Amino acid sequence: MRKSAIVTNNILEMRGITKTFPGVKALSDVTIEVARGEVHAICGENGAGKSTLMKVLSGVYPHGTYDGDIVFENETVAFRDISDSEEKGIVIIHQELALSPYLSIAENIFLNNEQTSRGLIDWNKTNHEAQKLLARVGLRDNPTTPIRQLGVGKQQLVEIAKALSKRVKLLILDEPTAALNDEDSDHLLNLILHLKEQGITSIIISHKLNEIKKIADSVTVIRDGQTIETMPRQAVTEERIIKDMVGRDLEHRYPDHTPHIGEELLRVEHWTAHHPQDTSRVVVDDVSITVRAGEIVGIAGLMGAGRTEFAMSLFGHSYGSRISGKVFLRGKEIKTRTVAEAIQNGIAYATEDRKTYGLNLIEDIKRNISMASLGKLERAGLVHDNEEYKVAEGFRRSMNIKAPNVLVKTGKLSGGNQQKVVLSKWIYSDPDVLILDEPTRGIDVGAKYEIYTIINRLAAEGKGVIVISSELPELLGISDRVYAISEGRITGELPIEEATPESVLTLMTMERSR
Amino acid sequence: MSNPTTPTPTESQAVGGSINPPENKFTSWLTHVLSDLGKNGIFIALVAVVVLFSILTNGILLRPQNISNLIVQNGYILVLAIGMVMVIIAGHIDLSVGSVAAFVGACSGVFAVHWGLPWWLSIILSLAIGALVGIWQGFWIAYVGIPAFIVTLAGMLIFRGLALVVLGNQNIGSFPTEYRALGNGFLTDVFGEFELDPLTLGVGALAILAIVVQQVRSRRGRIKYGQEVEPLAWFIAKLVLIAAGISFFAYALASYKGIPVTLIVLAALVLIYGIVMNRSVFGRHIYAIGGNRHAAELSGIKTRRVDFLLFVNMGLLAALAGLIFTARLNLAGPKAGDGFELEAISAAFIGGAAVQGGVGTIGGAIIGGLIIGVLNNGMSIMGIGIEWQQAVKGLVLLLAVAFDVYNKRRSGR
Repeated sequence: MRKSAIVTNNILEMRGITKTFPGVKALSDVTIEVARGEVHAICGENGAGKSTLMKVLSGVYPHGTYDGDIVFENETVAFRDISDSEEKGIVIIHQELALSPYLSIAENIFLNNEQTSRGLIDWNKTNHEAQKLLARVGLRDNPTTPIRQLGVGKQQLVEIAKALSKRVKLLILDEPTAALNDEDSDHLLNLILHLKEQGITSIIISHKLNEIKKIADSVTVIRDGQTIETMPRQAVTEERIIKDMVGRDLEHRYPDHTPHIGEELLRVEHWTAHHPQDTSRVVVDDVSITVRAGEIVGIAGLMGAGRTEFAMSLFGHSYGSRISGKVFLRGKEIKTRTVAEAIQNGIAYATEDRKTYGLNLIEDIKRNISMASLGKLERAGLVHDNEEYKVAEGFRRSMNIKAPNVLVKTGKLSGGNQQKVVLSKWIYSDPDVLILDEPTRGIDVGAKYEIYTIINRLAAEGKGVIVISSELPELLGISDRVYAISEGRITGELPIEEATPESVLTLMTMERSR
Repeated sequence: MSNPTTPTPTESQAVGGSINPPENKFTSWLTHVLSDLGKNGIFIALVAVVVLFSILTNGILLRPQNISNLIVQNGYILVLAIGMVMVIIAGHIDLSVGSVAAFVGACSGVFAVHWGLPWWLSIILSLAIGALVGIWQGFWIAYVGIPAFIVTLAGMLIFRGLALVVLGNQNIGSFPTEYRALGNGFLTDVFGEFELDPLTLGVGALAILAIVVQQVRSRRGRIKYGQEVEPLAWFIAKLVLIAAGISFFAYALASYKGIPVTLIVLAALVLIYGIVMNRSVFGRHIYAIGGNRHAAELSGIKTRRVDFLLFVNMGLLAALAGLIFTARLNLAGPKAGDGFELEAISAAFIGGAAVQGGVGTIGGAIIGGLIIGVLNNGMSIMGIGIEWQQAVKGLVLLLAVAFDVYNKRRSGR
């Protein structure tokens, strides 16, 4: 291995990292330097490239699949996989925790690093060592406790204990507090500072600005796959970070839209939903919103803020437990306790994850479009196939679904065309209000523009449209009015004239007073 | 600023560039024939197996008596295969059908023989018991959420046990004649004695007529709605082939004993369930659930209700299979239904059903069941022992599914 020429105090330098996926440049010439013993925060919008960068660093994308150099401890490294990077002392803790729920804390900590003597697992040693590691992260639970009995906060600590067991030098945490309550978040942040005193360097990916201000020694902002700047602790202000995060050209990405807003269509009052398993945890907290005819209402929120949970709990109680609140359509209260009831009452919800929740990928376009409205094609219990074909063909043309006919399986379509099939399905159900969750996720720019045009057309027809999006510029580009949601609560409502990226992001990151 | 209204050209290529080959009468003919052959691979496999065993048995396989036997001997498996393929399409499995058939057969013995109830009442009561069994299993699967594999594995033990309890350690035998007709009765000689039964020939002719009329109407409908149809010549050729097949079959039955009652029951089931799966809203819901349960739920489909009804239906069909089997043997015994579940499941998979659900047809399952039947029958005629028959059937199942997996992987899914 070639030694780097200049020896610095940096534990990590990533230089000129460029990573391309087919058709997309995810990272473009990203350079980042992390000093030994600091807490370094990386900020950026969803999709800015933070996670990709960390996957490059940890060897998920092996050496050779990207351009640029990684220098770790003054040595150029070329990781082939995660175990390579872990051997050097780089450990990444992902947003979705990677623990096995039925194994004990100790077993999880030493997974693939089992404490053995003469080829057999030494349980005394395993549990004893685990106990010591747990003490370092401030967890007093018995190491033989199964993971599933722990809350998310404690599980996070187990992940860190696991990292410590691997003699971690650089700890990477991807949005570690996204799913935690205030107390657990505080504990975690203090732990990171505590580990810093023990000489462990941390990279923390986070959206939460006051969190960053609390613990970060320096902050790097990434936008559109490029590093914008790195600033030291003293220079950090929320305004500066926000400006760096969103500062891009907003013009001409969105079709013109002249709103013709009518009377109120949908009103949701005091909507509250709890976590499906942990029924004491409030996920959607007293949300009240209105949507008028012809209006496009944006819901802005960070990942995990409760946007999707709100929409899905509203749509036939598809998410959550102990749901309460009232829904009114044109002033009349409606029930939405089952999906069928919600559809019948004029509500449609197009999911953020079309492959898992939206489409039957082994069926053709025609049957996907008719799936939610078979009743319309039914005569004496039988589906009128020819009529169905005609309807689907109509959508193929009007929505510009690129396929030779409607008998093509949806699994073979591109992301944009799949999304058009999902939208067709919901438009055919003839709703009054459409909730579109991340309608342009994972589709290319041209198709995005088409989706925006469809959304405008729906509004022009007098339907109410709710758009949930992680992409703030998109939300501001197409909405007539924006709600911001944070930690399950509506933290503000802005007419589009007053909504700037800065003002909305401030509301989106507003946290409960501590 | 570039104008983003024009979508990138890569989009249209995502569905494949070979959709519009050069328009040419012959090539279009050929693509239709090939695509039909591809879709009906299972049917061709059946023809191949039939031809193979006709040669190996010196033509005994296709003798009128043997053709009639093929239907009667496999009737109950085909009945089970219909319910089983529906369960499998929805992403479940049912291991209990053999035991349920035995249990219901035993109950029918009590009704018809011990209690001396009229044959029709015994049949109705037995079917009701099958439905109750389905309600029991459907409840655990659909509403409690226990995997069907577990519930029906338990059911396999429970109902086998209950069958023995009902039988009380002895066989129940000598059923009324009308009851026995279900398994080995024939509809024949209504017009007097002939060399070739005229009723059977007439029904055969009617069946051909019905298929031709239905096909022509469906083709007209598609043309009216501007859908693509196959070339006329190929359409006619297919109809001629179908007509020839039915004619041969009807001729064989007519020169033996006439139409087996089992065949009438089966034909009715295939017709009804074919329509249910192809055309009814309920059938669509089954496919939607099997293809993507989450998406089906979020489209307003009541997935639990569909699951529940599927198992009630399976219970009903298992009961019917039990009745046919008991009627055929004229005996309700403890060994009845042994291994039925495996033959029914094999039939569904050989017939093209997918292990992950969402894919499969009634017709496929029937043909799969017939392939197994021809293998059983052909090897028996050849004097091959039961041990080798088992091994060969296992191998055929494995190869059929392997072929299916290979096909899917090749088409890139």
